[in-house]
Amino acid sequence: MSILINKDTRVITQGITGKTGQFHTKMGKEYANGRLCYVAGVTPKKGGQSFEGIPIYETVKEAKAATGATVSVIYVPPPFAAAAIEEAVDAALDLVICITEGIPVRDMIRTKHKLQGRKTKLVGPNCPGVITPDEIKIGIMPGHIHKKGPVGVVSRSGTLTYEAVGQLMEVGLGQSTCVGIGGDPVNGLRHVDIIQMFNDDPQTEAVIMVGEIGGSNEEECARWIRDHMKKPVVGFIAGVTAPPGKRMGHAGAIISGGKGTAAEKLSVMEECGIKVTRNPAEMGKLLRSALK
Amino acid sequence: MKIHEYQGKEILRKYGVATPRGIACFSVEEAVDAGARLGGKVWVVKAQIHAGGRGKGGGVKLAKSPAELRQYAGQILGMQLKTSQTGPDGQKVRRLLIEEGADIKKELYVGMVVDRGSQRVVLMASSEGGMDIEEVAASAPEKIHKVAIDPFVGLTERDAEDIARKIGIPEKALAQAREFLKGLYRAFDDTDASLAEINPLILTGDDRVLALDAKMNFDDNALFRHPDLAAMRDLDEEDPAEIEASKYDLSYISLDGDIGCLVNGAGLAMATMDIIKLYGGSPANFLDVGGGASAEKVTEAFKIMLKNARLKAILVNIFGGIMKCDVIAEGVVSAARQVSLKVPLVVRLEGTNVDLGKKILAESGLPIISAGNMADAAQKVVAATKSR
Repeated sequence: MSILINKDTRVITQGITGKTGQFHTKMGKEYANGRLCYVAGVTPKKGGQSFEGIPIYETVKEAKAATGATVSVIYVPPPFAAAAIEEAVDAALDLVICITEGIPVRDMIRTKHKLQGRKTKLVGPNCPGVITPDEIKIGIMPGHIHKKGPVGVVSRSGTLTYEAVGQLMEVGLGQSTCVGIGGDPVNGLRHVDIIQMFNDDPQTEAVIMVGEIGGSNEEECARWIRDHMKKPVVGFIAGVTAPPGKRMGHAGAIISGGKGTAAEKLSVMEECGIKVTRNPAEMGKLLRSALK
Repeated sequence: MKIHEYQGKEILRKYGVATPRGIACFSVEEAVDAGARLGGKVWVVKAQIHAGGRGKGGGVKLAKSPAELRQYAGQILGMQLKTSQTGPDGQKVRRLLIEEGADIKKELYVGMVVDRGSQRVVLMASSEGGMDIEEVAASAPEKIHKVAIDPFVGLTERDAEDIARKIGIPEKALAQAREFLKGLYRAFDDTDASLAEINPLILTGDDRVLALDAKMNFDDNALFRHPDLAAMRDLDEEDPAEIEASKYDLSYISLDGDIGCLVNGAGLAMATMDIIKLYGGSPANFLDVGGGASAEKVTEAFKIMLKNARLKAILVNIFGGIMKCDVIAEGVVSAARQVSLKVPLVVRLEGTNVDLGKKILAESGLPIISAGNMADAAQKVVAATKSR
């Protein structure tokens, strides 16, 4: 088992004819079961063409009807990406994973509002995507650093997720699913949503939760863990040294109004029974010790 | 992106948000002339810099005669204004706003931000204006009133009135306050703002609400559709290193330590700063080279870091995914040669093509200190600064 995606997932690439969409669709197709998973692409005005043997359709609805795909991944440029998410939602896909970085927040506020009450789940935007190792990779993460195993990984950051995975591999631990939820202030699934899925997933035995400064999603998740989580969770929060008022790369990573500091997040997580480390080089070791 | 107070007020006025009459000036003569054009007997001379806390730093003065106006304009223009938000060196004042004096009966607060919790724009208001709103939030949270705004409806008449009543706007001023708040939201929404703050919002002697100050920030990701706003950018207010970095699509922020950091990804870049601190060092900067860094970008990043006179060592921490370690290694080697590097350089590579990358570094003949993992890298770079 795993969460969100597995070897039987069928995927549509939205924005398949762009440079990024092409590159990562090819990489995804070459990873594990990817040849069978990547079944369709969507680019307006390019319907009827194909890329690497994958048929291209005008709309997500058409692609879904023709292939039975239930998941899409978005590489559409920022000005059009929110509309692409809405198209996937209108086509009633189960899951849409938006990789695009730099979508205006105002667009995402409207898109998020339209998502209410709909069945489609959103991961991202501005995220590395989701991987269930040795089965399927949807996103921009390097597939070869992963292997199947008992640890779930959820993170707001891309390369810091790879770092966590790399450390898990050093201590001999594979992953059930790794989810990058993205760093934007208005986004889809949050830490707490992913943690709930890991709690219900029989393959997942423990979870690494990686957070960042800004917002209070990690705190909200920590309280849920305290009240409901049956499995050990270890955590790290990036940005202990980040100065207030300065945006650290991600649109979301900012300490504003004295809220969202790493110290505050770490202390709430600790109070809720999560083992935290202040050393980003020790996430793997800490997880190893929590599993014993 | 940030703009000046006078620019914020110009935008707000277009949306029916009442402000005092004022004129932006770049010289003392212009300031004196502005006073004459505004008329009246009292003027406020306000330093225009992007940082807040100007009043306490001596950047806002009340002039009661044209002579005083001239005197204060001369004092403030060109001064190095230090506030709690400028840093120890302060910020040079290059622009002034001359405003008519206002008859202040009460100081209130209104602000708007994108709220991560509700995933909407939230209007915040308080009867306690003029002071540090963060202090009010901490000491008397019940005095801050909030409403999350439906993006497809906008701020409703009812919510606007409710908030206005809660912060003590008298009956007589309610209609105008409603228009004020609704205008503020329309301005926020139309301009892709990320922050709008009116502190203080004042109630005048004749019961009108007026924006005495205005602070607006905008979403950088949306500037492509607002060329008029993008033109308001004032490069004099920004860190030259950060401006230079933005030209190459590098995300760079100056800090006060002595270890330069070059990292791919914002989260890993923050974690790298954190681990340097953990091992007793101090980062000189945050630098995210992004997912697709070329050799040219890495070279530019080195040049920007090396402009910092305090710099004692550099740590490169790359977890290659899409970005291949051999490409980064070549970039680092060519950068180190081009800038004839004089400070110790610690490099930690991991991920795609890592062996090839390490080989390129080893065969370069450069005195590069190679590190096996993040902890090793941090310890080595801290040791390198201590031995100098």
